[in-house]
Amino acid sequence: MPKQPATAATPEPFTTVIGLEVHVQLLTQTKLFCGCSTTFGRPPNTQVCPTCLGLPGSLPVMNRRAFDLAVRAALALECRITPFTKWDRKNYFYPDLPKGYQISQYDLPFSSDGHLEVVDPKGAFSRRVGIIRVHLEEDAGKSMHDEGAGTGDSRIDLNRAGTPLCEIVSQPDLRSPQEARAWLNELKLLLVYLGVSDCNMQEGSLRVDANVNLHIPLPAEGGGDARVAKTPIVEIKNMNSFRSVERALTYEAARQWEEWQATKVEMGTIPKQTRGWDDPAGVTRPQRQKEESSDYRYFPEPDLVPVTVTEAEIAAARGAMGVPPTALRAALAEKWKISAYDADVLVNQGRELVSWYEDLATRVGEGKVASNWMQQDVLRTLNERGGTIAEFPVTAEQVADIIGRVQRGEFDTSRGREIFAEVLASGKAVADVVASMGIAAVSDDDLVALCKELLAANPKIVADVKGGKEQAAAGLIGQAKKKNPNANPGKVRQTCLDLIKGM
Amino acid sequence: MQLLELSAVDLVTAIRRGEVSAVQAAEAFLDRITKLDGSINAFLHVDRTAALARAADVDKRRREGKPLGPLAGLPVAVKDALCTSDQPTTCASKMLAGYRPPYDAHVVARLRQADAVLVGKTNMDEFAMGGSNENSAFGAVHNPWDLARAPGGSSGGSAACVAADMAPVAIGSDTGGSIRQPAGLCGITGLKPTYGRISRRGLVAFASSLDQIGPMARSAADCALVMETIAGHDPGDATSLADDVPRYTDLLEKPLTGLRIGRVPEHFGPGLDPEVAHGVEEAFAAFKAAGATIHDVELPHAKYGIATYYLVAPCEASSNLARYDGAHYGHRAESGSGHRSAAKAGGEFESPLVEMYCRSRAEGFGPEVKRRIMLGTYALSAGYYEAFYAKALRVRRLIRQDYLDAFAKVDLIGGPVSPTPAFPLGEKTSDPLAMYLVDMYTVGTNLAGIGGISFPCGFTKGGLPIGFQLQGPALSEPLLLRAADRYQQLTDWHSKRPPLPA
Amino acid sequence: MALSRQDVAKVGLLARLALSDADLDRMTGELSKIVGFVSQLEELDTAQAAPLAHPLDTQNVFRADEPKPSLTTEQALQSTPRHDGSCFLVPAVLGESGAA
Repeated sequence: MPKQPATAATPEPFTTVIGLEVHVQLLTQTKLFCGCSTTFGRPPNTQVCPTCLGLPGSLPVMNRRAFDLAVRAALALECRITPFTKWDRKNYFYPDLPKGYQISQYDLPFSSDGHLEVVDPKGAFSRRVGIIRVHLEEDAGKSMHDEGAGTGDSRIDLNRAGTPLCEIVSQPDLRSPQEARAWLNELKLLLVYLGVSDCNMQEGSLRVDANVNLHIPLPAEGGGDARVAKTPIVEIKNMNSFRSVERALTYEAARQWEEWQATKVEMGTIPKQTRGWDDPAGVTRPQRQKEESSDYRYFPEPDLVPVTVTEAEIAAARGAMGVPPTALRAALAEKWKISAYDADVLVNQGRELVSWYEDLATRVGEGKVASNWMQQDVLRTLNERGGTIAEFPVTAEQVADIIGRVQRGEFDTSRGREIFAEVLASGKAVADVVASMGIAAVSDDDLVALCKELLAANPKIVADVKGGKEQAAAGLIGQAKKKNPNANPGKVRQTCLDLIKGM
Repeated sequence: MQLLELSAVDLVTAIRRGEVSAVQAAEAFLDRITKLDGSINAFLHVDRTAALARAADVDKRRREGKPLGPLAGLPVAVKDALCTSDQPTTCASKMLAGYRPPYDAHVVARLRQADAVLVGKTNMDEFAMGGSNENSAFGAVHNPWDLARAPGGSSGGSAACVAADMAPVAIGSDTGGSIRQPAGLCGITGLKPTYGRISRRGLVAFASSLDQIGPMARSAADCALVMETIAGHDPGDATSLADDVPRYTDLLEKPLTGLRIGRVPEHFGPGLDPEVAHGVEEAFAAFKAAGATIHDVELPHAKYGIATYYLVAPCEASSNLARYDGAHYGHRAESGSGHRSAAKAGGEFESPLVEMYCRSRAEGFGPEVKRRIMLGTYALSAGYYEAFYAKALRVRRLIRQDYLDAFAKVDLIGGPVSPTPAFPLGEKTSDPLAMYLVDMYTVGTNLAGIGGISFPCGFTKGGLPIGFQLQGPALSEPLLLRAADRYQQLTDWHSKRPPLPA
Repeated sequence: MALSRQDVAKVGLLARLALSDADLDRMTGELSKIVGFVSQLEELDTAQAAPLAHPLDTQNVFRADEPKPSLTTEQALQSTPRHDGSCFLVPAVLGESGAA
């Protein structure tokens, strides 16, 4: 069992170097090369036709929308779009690949050389990660093996076969498992914002493989120069969540460090290894290598014609792209005068929530106050309840109503929270909740009467305040709340101080 | 018997006028098939009941005065490489024995829409790989002119059935000469249209950048008639051309005065049978007499055509035929090992799945298909791609450029379609390379993606047909058909019938 | 150009074709001969010729993202050697390949 990773207090004696390869299914209605639906979760082999079954004589025709979405993804990742692109066949035998080849892109991917930056809002890291290439290819079907069935057969469902996929390959620019997870979150957010993919990992519409190794600085020895040793690169597969990506990379870095200490084996001396992540066991295990698996015999797909993209088309695609999260964060922070951290939290919840927030902020007229309510009340409740902001039972208008009443001094913030909770629970209008909870603004006369009563009952506090300890007045506020929950604490305090001064 | 001799154009007219019923026509050809095909083996499947029902429907609609398609009642035979939803589609391979596609090929659908009557599926070289039809898993086809000889291939069944009057027209496919060469050896007319002129959807792929469907008939005029139905854009084939389809039958009559036909001196080098050479020269003379001018042109890289073709086609085929692995359809080897994996010491397969793949394919494919899959796999594999596949693509560019240069000087290029007349069955089966050379005059057309037509231009002393080939630039089908038709108006080679029982 | 028996065996596995010892012997001879023949292309200088993979000059052929009817499961499985009424059945697959 590898040791636990070193904590921040004891820096690691190596650098973890990580590159990611991400596949996302594009949000099209139909498959990449045929008119079959891409809806997830239908009974097996109900969304198949001669083309995606690879029947004799069938031919592919490219889905326009899939290509456009792929270009949008590439533009969002700041990639260069090549003016001329083509597709190639990647040949290998597997039952989930009915043609015996995958239509993919080999030497002329439609885009390359991009980047996506991830900034930790708490300032722990900031990393600009290069994108080597983004290309468009078809997905394979699903093979299911039921050990318990006892038949020894695998079952093949080709509903997924031919679904459009974008493959996004990053440079090995990430330097920790935490960064990798954060970067994936940022990538997912971007693609969801732009409507490229729903990035639902449970449904397989986003899949990640990771390449990882360690760079280990070695001191000069025996008259030689100091150098950096690199451990063999390992590709990790079978990670089903971003959390498991982080865990798998953490495990793998520790494992490689232990192996390095024992063997001193460096990159390039052994073939690249593939390991699978076993989530319940929390370990990576070596995967069986397919023989001659790397000889895919790529050649140009003769059933498709090349695609050319003009500068004007790229400009149009850029114009239709929508605002990416990074720009939206900056715009929110500036427009509503909220912190970068708050803007980050809001944007990370998705475009609908940002709209909801802006609606609230507009009604309240103060972005900061609206943001505080979002973070402390709306988001907390939303997280507890689950679901989306569109399904949230309290409207922005209602929350604005509550905040407005607090701002006008009808009641204090904590009382406002109770009202928010009651509106949420009962579904009643804010005004009705305020009335039913007996909340009414306390008149000045009532307040003075209340304060006089309190001062009479607390001679010690009166004496302390007179002796210069104004903070002793705080003891009166709790008692005031008990006697009249609607009493505004600030007003109680001020009134008491004024009364004592006049005594 | 008279009915069998009618041209397709005349037969369609007679049926439309009610002079002949579609059922009468279908019965005549179906009876002929029953009578002769035992000795020719041109058909892999004949559905008499369906054909007669279809013909009866045409007759009924004609009587009711309902609109009829342009090929109403015309019996058509279709190469077994085209998918038919109501008949098996086997590509003459054990791999697809009994396979029934759930859809019709685009061309088949168009024939049905035109009210043609599909009489059956014709024999061929397995997966269209071969030049003699001896590579069929269901037995060789016999040449109607001499049953001991090959009809050529791969569309040998389509050529033989038209030559033997078992169908007035047939559909073939041509990847390196598979329409033109058997047409030449069987004494009929066959058109290989420009790549993309006819949709390939539903044509079982051999080499996707070379494959093209085309008509085979007794005359160019009949080919023109069929072309009007089967040519044209198909949104379901990304490589089909969007260009308008001309009325080919209306464009046949213009005289050939001023037509420039190229003659390639290298075509007449060693390897060309003297009788064939003579027949071809006679044809040039006939074209000259018809007003055309003959000019020597160079195709400097033509001699590399076969080598180029036998890299490009097998490379694509090795990928196109990967789908026949026993997993989803077609032949699957029974479990229990009779084979070993030659690649591993001890002969163990790495998994039951790999064993199933390897054994299903070993059992399902015949020797020539395996050879080409092996050759293509090798030529695309790591370390060989540049030397073989990429090299062949560069030569392919040079070959196409030769044609572009030649067509700047002449309108068409004429010459032999194959180096010899029909050869005896079994003569070349033990020498794959010798068999490959029968394509030497035809592969260039496919590599360049242009059009070509083959038609009879004489007979050997032994009574075997000699074929003449015209090649033309992209989308020159109207000119190719017209030139062949004008020739056939001046000669009667295409009207000669093989010595078969009446 | 001669191929070794081992070369041919390796290609056989890549092409998923089981080859008996006799097959291997015959195929090694035949392939060597054919490869020798096609190697005549080496004599040509093709430095100035760009590869031509396809005869068409056409570009940008697309279809709209509009659903079309699929086959029924029954049709999809109609020619399948082994199935269970909803899925194709094949000898055990280890792990899922997904799209690589």
